[in-house]
Amino acid sequence: MKTTLLEELQQARADKRQVVLATNLASGDQKLLYPFDNEDKSELSEAARNALRYDKPATFESDDGPVFLNIFNPSLRLFIVGAVHIAQALVPMAAGADYEVTVSDPRRSFGSSFRFPNVTLDNRWPDEALEELDPDRRTAIVTLTHDAKLDDPALQHVLKSDAFYVGALGSGRTHAKRQQRLLKAGFTEEDFARIHGPIGLDIGAKSPAEIAISIMAEITAVLRGKSKA
Amino acid sequence: MTETTSILPDDDILAQALNWKKNGRDVALATVINTWGSAPRPAGSQLAIDETGQMVGSVSGGCVEGAVIQEALEIIKSGEPKTLEFGVSNDEAWEVGLACGGKINVFVEKLD
Repeated sequence: MKTTLLEELQQARADKRQVVLATNLASGDQKLLYPFDNEDKSELSEAARNALRYDKPATFESDDGPVFLNIFNPSLRLFIVGAVHIAQALVPMAAGADYEVTVSDPRRSFGSSFRFPNVTLDNRWPDEALEELDPDRRTAIVTLTHDAKLDDPALQHVLKSDAFYVGALGSGRTHAKRQQRLLKAGFTEEDFARIHGPIGLDIGAKSPAEIAISIMAEITAVLRGKSKA
Repeated sequence: MTETTSILPDDDILAQALNWKKNGRDVALATVINTWGSAPRPAGSQLAIDETGQMVGSVSGGCVEGAVIQEALEIIKSGEPKTLEFGVSNDEAWEVGLACGGKINVFVEKLD
């Protein structure tokens, strides 16, 4: 590997870009691919995209021999709106699964470091915090407040992003009302369908920790392609 | 109030490889490219080795690193990349094979 190529790779990783190192195993020739930065439909680009998407390196059989596609995905991120009881259970689970977690709640009695030690807390309004977070394909967002004033601005922001998972806590009835509000705000049915609601896999969860498990399970299923995005 | 976390941890393998290189040492990189059966580290796992035999990272649970280092020192001299095979199906490699019964291929290259 050329030192200059390694430097470029390290820079891409520091910039949180999704990058693939393609190595021809016969010749040793290498190049970096940024398959999400273009619409290239070649088999190599598609294979690189899938490797990044499923977070799994792959070997591509090219005309010039096998090409190993090693993937470098930026960290997964989880943005939680609502420093509520379920969030307290969800934070350590997500951190354990290697997510960089941010908890957002302008209500300081909820979003306090006493309730949330060892996690990034953001006491700005959620859409303001999201503006800076800039959700990407490696970001999941969950809204947990039940409060339209807090949840809706966050949802409106993330539905314009590439976030791989959007989930909203609330009953079927709450979710139907949310649908009406978002459609009224100009979002399409297709946009709305991206929101997982009621949130979480149906495992009969009752307690905050159980609900956190069902949320984390659903995020994982979507990430790994076992459930619709 | 926000904090930022660096994406590259202190023990970043590629950062260490680059660091060695910048300090004038020759360096090789080993990458798991394929696994079959029960293998301790998945494809993509990396090990960086410097010319003195120091290493960071892993390509197995410690089972084949010794052999990889030996090959890496040769590849540092020759400059020719090579794919190494370890596992139960290769009797000769069994001495340095995987106790777990898996099989792995490791691509080793010099950092030029």
